[in-house]
Amino acid sequence: MTYFPEEVVEHIFDFLGSHRDRNAVSTVCKAWYHVERFSRRNVFVGNCYAIRPERVMARFPGMKSLSVKGKPHFADYNLVPYDWGGFALPWINAAVRRCPGLEDLRLKRMVVTDDDLDLLARSFPNFRSLVLVSCEGFSTDGLAAIATYCRGLRELDLQENEVEDHGRQWLSCFHESCTSLVSLNFACLKGEVNAGVLERLVARCPNLRSLKLNRAVSVESLNEIVARAPYLVDLGTGSFAVDHHTDAYQRLMNSFSKCKSLSSLSGFWEASPHCLDAVYPVCINLTVLNMSYAPAIQADDLIKLISLCFKLQKLWVLDCIGDKGLAVVASTCKELQELRVFPSDIYGAGATSVTEEGLVAISSGCPKLNSLLYFCYQMTNAALITVAKNCPHFTRFRLCILDPWKPDPVTNQPLDEGFGAIVRSCKNLRRLSLSGLLTDQVFLYIGLYAKCLEMLSIAFAGDSDKGMVYILKGCKNLRKLEIRDCPFGDIALLNDVAKYETMRSLWMSSCDVTLGGCKALAAKMPRLNVEIINESEGSDKLEENISDLHKAEKMYVYRTVAGPRNDAPDFVWTL
Amino acid sequence: MSTTETGCSSTEPEVTGGLGYDETELTLGLPGAGGSKPSETDRKRGFAAAVGLNVGAASRGEDCGARSSDSSDGSVSGAIKRSAAKAQVVGWPPVRSFRRTALRSCTYVKVAVDGAPYLRKVDLEAHGGYEQLLAALEEMFSCFTVRDYPDERRLVDPVNGTEYVPTYEDKDGDWMLVGDVPWKSVLSFFLSCFLTVAAVRFNMLRA
Repeated sequence: MTYFPEEVVEHIFDFLGSHRDRNAVSTVCKAWYHVERFSRRNVFVGNCYAIRPERVMARFPGMKSLSVKGKPHFADYNLVPYDWGGFALPWINAAVRRCPGLEDLRLKRMVVTDDDLDLLARSFPNFRSLVLVSCEGFSTDGLAAIATYCRGLRELDLQENEVEDHGRQWLSCFHESCTSLVSLNFACLKGEVNAGVLERLVARCPNLRSLKLNRAVSVESLNEIVARAPYLVDLGTGSFAVDHHTDAYQRLMNSFSKCKSLSSLSGFWEASPHCLDAVYPVCINLTVLNMSYAPAIQADDLIKLISLCFKLQKLWVLDCIGDKGLAVVASTCKELQELRVFPSDIYGAGATSVTEEGLVAISSGCPKLNSLLYFCYQMTNAALITVAKNCPHFTRFRLCILDPWKPDPVTNQPLDEGFGAIVRSCKNLRRLSLSGLLTDQVFLYIGLYAKCLEMLSIAFAGDSDKGMVYILKGCKNLRKLEIRDCPFGDIALLNDVAKYETMRSLWMSSCDVTLGGCKALAAKMPRLNVEIINESEGSDKLEENISDLHKAEKMYVYRTVAGPRNDAPDFVWTL
Repeated sequence: MSTTETGCSSTEPEVTGGLGYDETELTLGLPGAGGSKPSETDRKRGFAAAVGLNVGAASRGEDCGARSSDSSDGSVSGAIKRSAAKAQVVGWPPVRSFRRTALRSCTYVKVAVDGAPYLRKVDLEAHGGYEQLLAALEEMFSCFTVRDYPDERRLVDPVNGTEYVPTYEDKDGDWMLVGDVPWKSVLSFFLSCFLTVAAVRFNMLRA
């Protein structure tokens, strides 16, 4: 394989964008492996416990950008106890020692402390971008360190993190000479920021294109900001609770009308209906709109807004939009690619909501739709079959019928045929979430047709072990499988143990797998970590006291070359 | 969204802290199970965290009837089906905590204990589970039995030692202790009232 000098091979590899392509070429031969490892700049680690950080840094000494994910996905829904793990520190430490040229760090579902952020801020002189998604463990003190020491910071993007407010004016810690910000998102913070400091920061950063404020930022402040940053492309408003009869509101309308580049809008915290008039001038250019945090905005006002948004590609709304509102989306937003409809009333009986009709309307009106997250109270097979026919391009299809085990209300049948139609029609489906009444039949269909499927989420579904076996046998590209409250047991778990080494992870909770079954899996597959999360009383008892017939309430299995982890808390048993 | 929970035990709360919940309408049990504790197998069936709370008969029980009809369809294991009312299942619906807290509706409920001079409000969402809720309730009402004055809001008349606490009468005619609902919630409620009133006034003036 020495047809080309290394420089040429490296140049060819520059054209490989994805991690998977790079991973693939590095397995061709030793020469390519070496060329590839020295030239890789962006490193992605899907499971922080699959490999030790030092090994990653040793392999990729030229690493400039690192992305690491920690907790399993179901941690988003409080299924994983607080101190399960996923610590950022080992990764930051390793980078400090081996990759001082680090520029970008992205962490998802990890525990990040203020000390970690402080270390990060002081250790990487070229640091440009910090993105934290669904992380926890830090406070505004840590943000203050980032602001203070990361001169030349371009991006600070905090998405849905749990951040403690220590009252520190972290925003003031950006030096007067800091003019490099391109993207700043602090929408998830609960505390106040100094309005003057914020406005001055915005004014001195001419490259700022994305700004997402938190709900403590007033409308007056928003007005000042928008007036000073008319080149913003992506704006998340702060509080949008304003009396539309006031001068402040008029000024806001004027400011918005000057924002010719604005194509993405979100925020709208505490927005009341009449406030939306201010954003009408920008609707014509919007490609992204997120109204999902504005529960007071009802269907009629959403309709007025959306009927101006012809170019919309991505829409996130609450289910108060109703089927009527979705019909308007369908007739207006012909470019729509992604739709998310969230539940506005999580605990109640759902008076205004969306049904299968809304989804069918969207599918017939928006031919480019490829990504869906839809919470509703009912769905029918007929509707799903129609949707499958109208939209064969789905790559992500996540349907959540809020009542577990709910059948098709018209026929009282399970939704096997509906989901079967989806997987049969959508040949490029990569991610699927199921809900409603489902038997083993749906899993037969998925195993048979969903050949590209990479991530599958199952809850309250299936009749027997056969269901899970269909999936494991049929879905050749499966990477992540997460299951809760299904009657799958040891027979399914142990049916094809080698399969789990081809996947990133498997999560099973409230199923029928037993401690004995998990032990058997661990014994057969040394390169899997089989972890049991035991939250019952007296979980510090030795596991020998508990019978193998005991059900494993929560099990997390993942492939790893790092062996059992050394930071597991007492309630996590690695078998 | 507050519901009144009255009709508590007619017996005095025990000094040692137990509140005689057996006779109250707050019972621990699967919905429709008549207040009995869930069996071991039921707990293992994945509803370990989802113990039903019979809050009066009306509010949460209405779906039990609808749900039980599903078990006639024999395709799902009966044990799971049986406990499938609108119990609070952990992690369902699959909505991130950030979104849940951002969109939270008012989950404060009134709690009355027979013999107490006023009622209290407790935020159901502020407690991680039933143990924590019961502990909080116990603490709230223990000041009527164990006389150690944990409540800092009490004013003591220095002359005769009489204690005063701030209370108000709500729309139901119940006397409530001031301070259970956080000030910010109260403020935002009043602000929205004001804006509504101001808007109405303005429209009336215009018309």
